[in-house]
Amino acid sequence: MGEVKALTGNKCATMGAALCRPDLIAAYPITPQSSVVEGLADLVFSGELNSRMVQVESEHSAMSVVQGAAAAGGRVFTATSAQGLALMYEPYFRMSTLRLPMVMAIATREMTSPETIWSGQQDAMSVREAGWIQCFCETNQEILDMIIQGYMLAEDKRVLIPVNVCYDGFYSSHLVERVELPTQEEVDAFLPAYSLPAKLDPATPQALDPMTPGELLMKYRHNHLEAMQAALPVIDEVDAKFAAAFGRSYGGAIDTYRLDDADYALVTVGGMTGTARDVVDAMRESGVKVGVLKLRFTRPFPVEKVRAALANVKGFAVVDRSVSFGWNAGSMYSEVCAAMGETLAGKAHFSAIGGLGGADISMAHMENVVKTLTSLNEPGRADTLWLMD
Amino acid sequence: MQEIRLHGRGGQGLVKASHIVVRTAVETGHYGQFIPFFGVERKGSPVFGFLRLAEEPIRRKTQVYTPDVLIILDDTLIHLSATYAGLREGGTVIINSAHAPEELAIPEQTGRVAVVDATAIALDEIGRNIPNTAMLGAFARVTGLVDAQKLFDNIAAEFGETNREAARRAYDAVRIC
Repeated sequence: MGEVKALTGNKCATMGAALCRPDLIAAYPITPQSSVVEGLADLVFSGELNSRMVQVESEHSAMSVVQGAAAAGGRVFTATSAQGLALMYEPYFRMSTLRLPMVMAIATREMTSPETIWSGQQDAMSVREAGWIQCFCETNQEILDMIIQGYMLAEDKRVLIPVNVCYDGFYSSHLVERVELPTQEEVDAFLPAYSLPAKLDPATPQALDPMTPGELLMKYRHNHLEAMQAALPVIDEVDAKFAAAFGRSYGGAIDTYRLDDADYALVTVGGMTGTARDVVDAMRESGVKVGVLKLRFTRPFPVEKVRAALANVKGFAVVDRSVSFGWNAGSMYSEVCAAMGETLAGKAHFSAIGGLGGADISMAHMENVVKTLTSLNEPGRADTLWLMD
Repeated sequence: MQEIRLHGRGGQGLVKASHIVVRTAVETGHYGQFIPFFGVERKGSPVFGFLRLAEEPIRRKTQVYTPDVLIILDDTLIHLSATYAGLREGGTVIINSAHAPEELAIPEQTGRVAVVDATAIALDEIGRNIPNTAMLGAFARVTGLVDAQKLFDNIAAEFGETNREAARRAYDAVRIC
């Protein structure tokens, strides 16, 4: 085992990336992510990390630079948040559709307007149709560990899809807690050196991404969607390998807490899960059989696991730190309902929206979600609950 | 679990001080968590921090609404309604002030009040009005929640010997009422 330290979420992203020995990092600073890439720049400058650090003039350039390096066969890293991710969108979509593996950390932040720099998951959720794998972390240890797992997952020949490791801006990025920092030797033994099956090389000139007719483009999309599904068992495999190497397992695409005998479920994303665990313990003391379903991966969406986990509950609420405009709901609520399919019938359910723009999702908010759930008498969708005041 | 809320102003070192507390807890086999709450990042504006210390992993990632302990780095903040809000019955207030407790509008439910002129100690020891390390010394003495020796060592490692001395002096000088 490595060293036990008190680290911020951003420091965990820095150390996770550094331990994976990226060939190239390109980055542009943005709150609340900035200290991730500042930390990497420090490590490169001090000689502790042998990577090429490219300081670019925008996030669009950051993603373009890492894209070129990835196409040439390099392992690459960057990090962003909110408006930075929005500015990056054009090469971001192309990164996944070129099927170039990488890991990008997103310290999630609310999207403007109203003007804000604070927490929220709207940024990552808004790009969930851009072809990347997306996972959301609850603890700082998980951030570090998922960056390492992310490279193994992204680079798996059955997958070859870039991975976003997402964690809550400020509530995780700037939170300090106990973390076990693996050694370089441990990570080297776990994560094989990277080699892309086809890469750009001046010695064997080839064209990358020529104009592609629709009939062929459809095949690319079909393959990409299939690879997303193929990633689901690989997520579990990587989790198991990681557990064998480091002694920490996260459960794969979902995690559950006291859900086996539960009548009610809180479905959570990211750091709010820890708060939900505490609320579940407190509510169970008073006889309410409630549990937690933590969505660890939202792309690919773990349809079968979600359906199985919620099979026996009478009701569930999906707590979102982002919104889905047009559905009057949080982003993941509609997706969880879709995953349930015909098994949704007979269950009471609603969307809870909280924690936007840096607002807290407090113990009282989470308790209110459970109380609302237990008060529902009818199956079907109940009103969206806003976690305000 | 002990919940602690810190109130200070940008530039007083509230965030770095809290990092040292968590580091000290973790390095001595305990659990700690700190979440800073930034408003607009500029010198002098009110800053909060939420600090938890426990003997088991800390899972909730929320602000602190009912603190067991309040650490107030600047006594001009006591008139903001957020400063004393939610203090637990019998809770502890540790405040940087040259004034007597009677002048500090201490709320009724307070169990213990501890006052230290951390600013004077900081000006004397480090030559700048950065009272954070002195306040840590007072915190260690009043609450006993972290190993004082390890805390002083970590202060020295992070900020140098003059800050260790500031913490030590405040440890001795703090008046517990």
